[in-house]
Order: sequence, then C-alpha cells, then structure tokens
Amino acid sequence: RVQRAGSGGGRGQFPGLADVSISQDIPVEGEITVPVGSHSPDEDYSTLDEPVKDTIMRDLKAVGKKFVHVMYPRKSSALLRDWDLWGPLVLCVSLALMLQGGSADSKDDGGPQFAEVFVIIWFGAVVITLNSKLLGGTISFFQSLCVLGYCVMPLTVAMLVCRLVLLAGAGTVSFIIRLIVVGAMFAWSTLASTAFLADSQPPNRKALVVYPIFLFYFVISWMILTFTPQ
Amino acid sequence: MATADDLKFQEFDDAANLLAANPDATTISIDEPVEIPKNQHSHRQEPGREEDDELLGTDDSDKTELLAGQKKSAPFWTFDYYQTFFDVDTYQVLDRIKGSVFPVPGKNFVRLYIRSNPDLYGPFWICATLVFTIAVSGNLSNFFIHLGKPTYRYVPEFRKVSIAATTIYAYAWLVPLALWGFLMWRNSKVMNIVSYSFLEIVCVYGYSLFIYIPTAILWIIPQKVVRWVLVVFSLCVSGSVLVMTFWPAVRDDNRRIAVATVATVLLLHALLAVGCLAYFFDAPELDIPAPIIPAHNGTTVITKSH
Repeated sequence: RVQRAGSGGGRGQFPGLADVSISQDIPVEGEITVPVGSHSPDEDYSTLDEPVKDTIMRDLKAVGKKFVHVMYPRKSSALLRDWDLWGPLVLCVSLALMLQGGSADSKDDGGPQFAEVFVIIWFGAVVITLNSKLLGGTISFFQSLCVLGYCVMPLTVAMLVCRLVLLAGAGTVSFIIRLIVVGAMFAWSTLASTAFLADSQPPNRKALVVYPIFLFYFVISWMILTFTPQ
Repeated sequence: MATADDLKFQEFDDAANLLAANPDATTISIDEPVEIPKNQHSHRQEPGREEDDELLGTDDSDKTELLAGQKKSAPFWTFDYYQTFFDVDTYQVLDRIKGSVFPVPGKNFVRLYIRSNPDLYGPFWICATLVFTIAVSGNLSNFFIHLGKPTYRYVPEFRKVSIAATTIYAYAWLVPLALWGFLMWRNSKVMNIVSYSFLEIVCVYGYSLFIYIPTAILWIIPQKVVRWVLVVFSLCVSGSVLVMTFWPAVRDDNRRIAVATVATVLLLHALLAVGCLAYFFDAPELDIPAPIIPAHNGTTVITKSH
C-alpha cells in the first residue's frame, strides 16, 4: 500500500504508475508493483525435467505446424521466427531416396545419385540464401534455409505421386499425368517460398531474389519428372 | 619561447585570432566531410577518399559514388566487401542483359552499362542458368531424336550436368583471369588509355554468355542447318560484345598482338559454343541405316536419314 502524495493529475495518464509518486515532503513507503507479463508455462519448471515424450511432441508439433503453413501459404511469421531444419532434412532424405532405383544400365547415363540430390538441395539452398543476403535481404541465414527446405514438400508429394503413377504404367498418359502434377507442385513450391521470403527483400530487387528460387525448384522438378524406373 | 613552438602554434593562433575577430565566420574543418547526410551512410569510409570520389564526378547517384569508395575500404574477409558486388537493382541487370543481346556498334559494353559498378550477380546466375539449360535441352533433344527407335530407352543423363557446370564456370572465370593477366602485362609495356579491372572483365564475359541461353533452347530443333545458323548468329552477337569491349584496350598496342588477342578471345568463345553443341546434343542423323522397322503395334515405321 502506498500513501498517495502529490497531485493526482498524473493518475489518468499513467495508470501503471498511479501507485508511485515522488514527493519531497512526505516519505513514501510501501511496495511498488511492476506489471509483469503472463507467466509462460516453461518458466515453472526447466525443460530438463519434463518427460521425453513432451519434448519430442513439442518439436513434432512445431514441425507439423510448419508443414501446414507450407500447404496453405499465408503471410505468417511463425515459419520464420522459430526455424528448424528437421523438416527440410526429412524431406531431402526422402526425396533423395525416392529418386533412387532409376534406370542404371550405364552408370554415366542414370539419374542423380543420392549424394547428388542431397548436394543440389542443400548447396542450392545455401547459395540462394547467400544471394538474398548479399542483395541486401534482412532475413537470417537459417530462417531462409528453413523456408526453402520446407517448401520442397509439394515436390516430395509430387515424387510420391509420380512413383505411384509409374507403378501403373510408363506410357504417354502416365507421362502427361506426371507432367501436370509436377508442374502444379513446382508452381506451388515457388509461390509458397516467394510468399515467405519476398517481404524481407528490398523492393527494387525482388525479381533478382525470386529468380534463383525459381531455378532451384525447376531443377528439382526436372529431376523428379525425368525419373524413369528400372 | 622557442622557434619551433612558434612555428607549431602559429597556425592555431591565427585561426583563433581570426575567429575572435570575426565570430560569425564559417569554419571548415578539413578532417571531416562537409555533408552530414552522406556521412551517415558511409561511416566506415575514410574521409579523404570521399573527396576523391567527388572530384572524379561520375554522373550516377550518390550511392554509386559512396560504394565506389567503399569497395576499396572494406577488408576482404568481411561480408560487406562481397555485398558491394551485388549492388544492382532489377532494372540494371535487365539493362545489362539487353545491352549484351543488342550490341550497339561502337559503344563499349563496359563503359555504357557497367560504369565502375561491376556486379557478380549477373555472371553467376547467367552461368548457372546456362548450365541447366544446356543439360536439360541436350537431354530433351536426344529424347526427341531417338524417339522412334524401338531399342531406345530414355535416360536422364544426369552426369552431364556436372560436366556442363565445370566447363561453363571454368570458361567464365579462368578465361577472364588469363585475359586480365595478359592485359596487365601489356599495360606495363605500352601505355593504354583503356584498362579494365578483373571484375569488369568477368562481368562482360558473364553477360555475353546470356545469348547462349535461348540458343541452347533452340538447339532442341533436330535440324543440322538450323543448329549451325544459331551457332553463327549467337557467336556474332556475343563476339561483337567482346570485340567492342576489348579492342579499345589493345588498340594502342603492337598491331599484331592486338589482332592476335582479339582473335584468341573470339576463338575460345567459338570453341565453347561448338563444343557444347557437339557434346550435349546428339547429331540429328540416325546412325542405324535400317530402312524399315516393324513397330510393336503393327504399323511399319520408316526411319528417315538426313
């Protein structure tokens, strides 16, 4: 409790400080309560003490939330703020694994090897991130890697669909279906990643940043489309 | 009072006296740049260099002047040093590409478009696009050429991407390095009016390769005549950009050396085009001389040989 000394004129302007008053005549005593933000549940106990299931579920939920964000790209900062690279790793490995088993009668003419897909995706993402940072972008390095990696998801889905279609047959009809699916997913990937990344670029250089992203997903789409089973 | 002290402090005394006599006089301090707004942008820049840039007086915006000086002052291990090579806007890159595709006779590409702001964005991404365009077009063209053959099975030929990448990036970086070294060496012997920095040469080479991108796409057409016409046309366009850039740099030299330099530049450029065409694109003639092959659906297929 605080004795109010001094004029009450400032009471309306600074309600948080209404309990605090400075006066030279009357000593003020009492407690000054500083408004505190809501306690986040993590502060009640350290995360070392929680069950392992909680830790894993929290990370899985974060990854899952990001996948949903990619499926319905809206301008949200959740993807950018809490970046993680689990999703991109899972997507890259599954895509590289699905691209294996292609035609390999001569090792020089076959499709990309696992290491080649891996290197193209990660090295390509790093180069695009460096490019956008050098052009004056404000996004951080890992945030950009996170976005580019998560936006590979539509193309991974396209790869899955292609493999299923190729199980049915490898004729012209299946090729047209694959072409349409891969084309649509390529457009989705590019638009999703552009929606997330375009805001952090200077306005007169947006096209310079978007073009390498387009090239990146085009190369991945080409690898998916030209996959021919043994 | 010693004489040295007199000499040392006399200037200060004079200034102080003058100021005391006329307090409203404006004073200019030589140690700091006069314009304050510029100072906020270039707080890393040495003060003396900014005045040099103003004296040089390019007719670009303030930013270019600052960055022309900033290029020299940021140490090469910082990120900002490399950021100065990417200081281009979209319209500038498009202008430079346009300048390389429609060369104006007599106008120097470097002087006209680059104007002491060479960028690495154009060369790097044009080369990357060219690598994938050649690989993809080669693959597509081979697919269409061999489509009728019953023994043909489509292969993605992914190994050719790495070969294409090595070739094109080596050409776009090592040839400018050699040319720059050669021009520096000649510069030490003969005083040339025009001399280029290494980055400007890389820039010219990078942008001159742009015409090969649509050429590579058009090489899918499986006609020998069409392909060779395209080779000659693209060679003329990009060759003229290179010639008009480098002729002024060697013009003052010994006649034979000048001609030999320009001829070598053109020869290497032609070698790149012809080599890519020969390696990545199969010849349109069919090697198997079988005239009639019954296809699996019953109709006969006559293979044409050109």
